[in-house]
Amino acid sequence: MPSSVMLTPRTGDGRPSPAAVSAVGLRKSYGDKLVLDGIDLRIPAGSVFALLGPNGAGKTTAVKILSTLVAADGGQAQVAGHDVATSPDGVRAAIGVTGQFSAVDGLITGEENMLLMADLHHLSRREGRRVAAGLLERFDLTEAARKPASTYSGGMKRRLDIAMTLVGSPRIIFLDEPTTGLDPRSRHTMWQIIRDLVTGGVTVFLTTQYLEEADELADRIAVLNDGRIAAEGSAEELKRIVPGGHVRLRFTDPAAYRSAAGALDGAARDDGALALQIPSGGSQRELRTLLDRLDAAGVEADELTVHTPDLDDVFFALTGPDQPEEAVR
Amino acid sequence: MSSLSLAVRDSSTMLRRNLLHVRRYPSLTLNLLLSPVVLLLLFVYIFGDVMSAGIGGGGADRSEYLAYLVPGILLLTIGSTTIGTAVSVAMDMTEGIIARFRTMAIHRGSVLVGHVVGSVLQCVTSVVLVGAVAVAIGFRSTDATALEWVLAFGLLVLVSLALTWIAVGLGLSGPNAEAASNNALPLMVLPLLSSAFVPVDAMPGWFRPVAEYQPFTPAIETLRGLLLGTGIGHNGWLAVAWCLGLAVLGHLWSRSLFGRDPK
Repeated sequence: MPSSVMLTPRTGDGRPSPAAVSAVGLRKSYGDKLVLDGIDLRIPAGSVFALLGPNGAGKTTAVKILSTLVAADGGQAQVAGHDVATSPDGVRAAIGVTGQFSAVDGLITGEENMLLMADLHHLSRREGRRVAAGLLERFDLTEAARKPASTYSGGMKRRLDIAMTLVGSPRIIFLDEPTTGLDPRSRHTMWQIIRDLVTGGVTVFLTTQYLEEADELADRIAVLNDGRIAAEGSAEELKRIVPGGHVRLRFTDPAAYRSAAGALDGAARDDGALALQIPSGGSQRELRTLLDRLDAAGVEADELTVHTPDLDDVFFALTGPDQPEEAVR
Repeated sequence: MSSLSLAVRDSSTMLRRNLLHVRRYPSLTLNLLLSPVVLLLLFVYIFGDVMSAGIGGGGADRSEYLAYLVPGILLLTIGSTTIGTAVSVAMDMTEGIIARFRTMAIHRGSVLVGHVVGSVLQCVTSVVLVGAVAVAIGFRSTDATALEWVLAFGLLVLVSLALTWIAVGLGLSGPNAEAASNNALPLMVLPLLSSAFVPVDAMPGWFRPVAEYQPFTPAIETLRGLLLGTGIGHNGWLAVAWCLGLAVLGHLWSRSLFGRDPK
């Protein structure tokens, strides 16, 4: 993926493209619960930005503020060149939002939902029908178009949701956990949809709980933890700060365990479980080296698992074991 | 597009959405029609003989009581229909699509205006249907002129508008549809405590203020005057003042509730 190019897309005359979304010191509390504790963002136009964090980190609140749904308590944010607080309608005209909870009208059909959006974007009747039919076709909903949206499966609802968001051809799209609750097939369909949007020049702001998803889709990732941006960078940059990659070997025979431990220096021992943990990126070369050393020592592991960094590791690395417990709550 | 034509266009889109809901799921509307029709038939055919003995200084027959009852039943129909409005507004607010509307560059008030216009149309339809039942069982107006019919219709629309705005506020203020339904119950109970079924004079003295100082009694007395030629007196102005007051209050209340940040 040419991420270095995507990071700072340039306009025709070579200047860096303006920020589609920028925020400085955004703060928000609900009652005495501080949800966002001063976050800064800058998302270049035409890129995919992922806000990564666990439940309750404040991801949805960030989307709500940037999409003008709720007001921030402090800080400033501009979306598509408009201030969210002073020019919300300017922001609204440029964005599309697909929330975590389905924003379709379940009482009416998929097609009626699409035509409703076309009417609210003031398309002519003919244009509205054309756009609706095109999007229903594109998202594989033509067959179900005349059924009430409440009868749709989770994946279909999410596709209809995005199709409705696209009726107004927004330049910036917010996707709040677009794949949460979807089965693997629907998740991959959704990823492809998001990639296609980006190809069309749309800026995508997505939130997710899954590092894998951010890795697949985003040019830049910010890790949100407890209302603050704990780290920001490309997927590669983030993975570098995560020391979680390792190979785990488990034995049933204590003798084999001991000789393996002797053969592999640098392995962390777990004597209780008869398991060894060897730091490794999980590449083919590293694995072969490891297996060669085991062969040379004449031991065979009963179980070998390759552990790649995941969100747990990112958080473990970013918050650290010596951080006060209060930070995790 | 000017802001007024934007408001009209978006509001009519929202109205179409609400009417589509009613057409797809007519059971709520029909259920709400049931209470006024049942009350009408109950009071005319079951209690009719006893009730008619109490009006017009005694000696009135059942058809006179029918005439007395129908204006109250028509206004009760409006009260009952607007309970449905409170419930559908409350249900709507729990839907994700309202959050979507809030992030779109549409006229902010169109969501509420769509509900209000839809509800007034529903009220008028319900009144016509219940009125048709009343006519079918023998209700006739007494020498009402065309102007009086127009005024009667206007009064019914005005009451519908006033009660609808209050119902929209009730729907927005509750956390869910059940709460909205409970909070909106006075819209159905107040007509029972008005002059709809028996004249205020026939009520115990301590109770009369409850019946007199509420919107339904002047509205019912005005409608009676227009359709049956009884005296209206100051009830006409009182009814209009009640309606305008409730409509403005409900409108301001609803707008401020809708303007709050969603949870």
